[in-house]
Amino acid sequence: MTQVAHPRISPSWEQHLRYSATAACYLVLVIPAFALFLVVAISIPLVLITAGVFVLAFAVPLTRRLTDLHRRLAGEILGARIESPYRSTEGMGAFSRMASCASDPARWRDFAFLFVSATAGFALAILTIIWLPATIWYLIAPIVTFGNFWYWLLAPISFLIWWFGTPLLLQVLALLSRSLLGPTRAQRLAALESSRTETIDHSAAEVRRIERDLHDGAQARMVSVGMSVGLASELVHRDPKAAADLLAEAGVMTNAALEDLRMVVRGIRPPVLADRGLVGALEALSLDLSLPVTVTADLVGRPPDPVESAAYFAAAECLANVVKHADASQAWVRIAHDGAALWLQIGDDGVGGADATRGTGLAGIIRRLDAFDGRIGIDSPIGGPTVVTMEVPCALS
Amino acid sequence: MRVVLAEDLALLRDGLTRILQAYGYDVVAAADDVDALEEALREMKPDLAIVDVRMPPTFTDEGLRAAIEARRVRPGLPVLVLSQYVEQLYARELLASGDGAVGYLLKDRVADVATFIDAVRTISEGGTVLDPQVVATLLSKAAPLSRLTPREREVLGLMAEGRSNAAIASRLFVTEKAVSKHTNSIFTKLDLPVASDDNRRVRAVLTYLQGQG
Repeated sequence: MTQVAHPRISPSWEQHLRYSATAACYLVLVIPAFALFLVVAISIPLVLITAGVFVLAFAVPLTRRLTDLHRRLAGEILGARIESPYRSTEGMGAFSRMASCASDPARWRDFAFLFVSATAGFALAILTIIWLPATIWYLIAPIVTFGNFWYWLLAPISFLIWWFGTPLLLQVLALLSRSLLGPTRAQRLAALESSRTETIDHSAAEVRRIERDLHDGAQARMVSVGMSVGLASELVHRDPKAAADLLAEAGVMTNAALEDLRMVVRGIRPPVLADRGLVGALEALSLDLSLPVTVTADLVGRPPDPVESAAYFAAAECLANVVKHADASQAWVRIAHDGAALWLQIGDDGVGGADATRGTGLAGIIRRLDAFDGRIGIDSPIGGPTVVTMEVPCALS
Repeated sequence: MRVVLAEDLALLRDGLTRILQAYGYDVVAAADDVDALEEALREMKPDLAIVDVRMPPTFTDEGLRAAIEARRVRPGLPVLVLSQYVEQLYARELLASGDGAVGYLLKDRVADVATFIDAVRTISEGGTVLDPQVVATLLSKAAPLSRLTPREREVLGLMAEGRSNAAIASRLFVTEKAVSKHTNSIFTKLDLPVASDDNRRVRAVLTYLQGQG
């Protein structure tokens, strides 16, 4: 998904001072960038005599530290997170990790970024930051030097440039960072491809599961109902008692088949979700749970069906986890939409310690939300409380 | 007894009509969508409405809404809502639509004809009938029930479903006197106001259980 940059230009003083502080950060970060650039540039030819290898073993991870910081900064400015583009080096030995880094284009783009940051980035940061001190200087200079009052004419000009130019120049800085540090188009496509494949696999598995549930459950029971009824109609004149027993059995079996069908349908799309939408369905769900759940919602309109379903099942899974593991006395659900994305928060006052890497439930939620570019954050310190936040980009109808 | 029936599946509509007629009910209209139902309720002034939750045109919960609306227009109109699924939420909304004369049952329950007709009779006499599935959830959520004996919990569940003392007695194979002893004990333990007639008693129990939920 291509992220659109939302410049968060706010007219407040505090915000503008924060912009200047960010620009100052950029300026300070030029120093390590320049140093690292020199170190790496010198080490690369030295790899031939192995000395470079040892230096690079430190310099390359350090570079990543620095560029990660830049990703964070640029992400803050652009209002959209910048994903790390690196290949995973998990579980590799030192040597193969080196080889992997050497052939990873993202590392080379990092190296290029060091150079850009130390040159163009430096110039831009200076240009961004200069206007605030300039304004102050123009204001006090005539007083300090008892001279040139023309400076007071320049003060408002430089103030205006600072006020309106700083956010724009910061945007340029951030975009420059993103062009070198963000995932390339090819990488984004590959990520999309894999998430789509996973979704398709997931849907196929889901269909198989439904088919199996029907086959082993309702279908088998209906077959046995048919048999009992057939047999009963054979016996009805010869042995009415046995026929009545068989019919009673068929009745019980019919109910069990209906129960099975209900379970299957609830697993596909709960009827109450179709009836009442996400908020109503979660209210209905919380009525069935053994602990008090407060549902608060700020939602005008309905998200698209698939998103609604995914969000519902994700929330249901979270609430099921609360009931099973949290040992909580109460839970709450908040639902909102900020114009770009649907937000769901599920919290409880239980014992905490929820972990997405353990258990299949949370992994399943993450996979469901992945299909819609959704994200999930789990905040669950030991001792609680637990808050799970989900965000799914979508429009409301 | 003049009954208006609303059910969109022809198979079930005919089945229900046959069962009701076999027990002497007069099915004056059998609607297959909400508009026809609303018209029948207006024109026919029935003594009882039996309504499916999901109906054309949108197949959501318009049957339920129509039933609640009908009771707003005619307070106390006996309504039995049938559904393929039971939802606590819908049970609450129905119960809140006035005093008694409502029922909410799974469609499967129709297969047990005698019990179904019992429910229809209870509702038309102003009683309340709730599906055992709804009641089971209510009971599982009510915390202070630990004070009751297992037998009393059983009786309380049957009471919440809307059964009379006589029905509870025959269900549990005990005498009616034993049942009334249980119910008195339940009412004492749960601090409920003692009421002589079945309908008010059932409502007291439901109010209590919902308050706990």
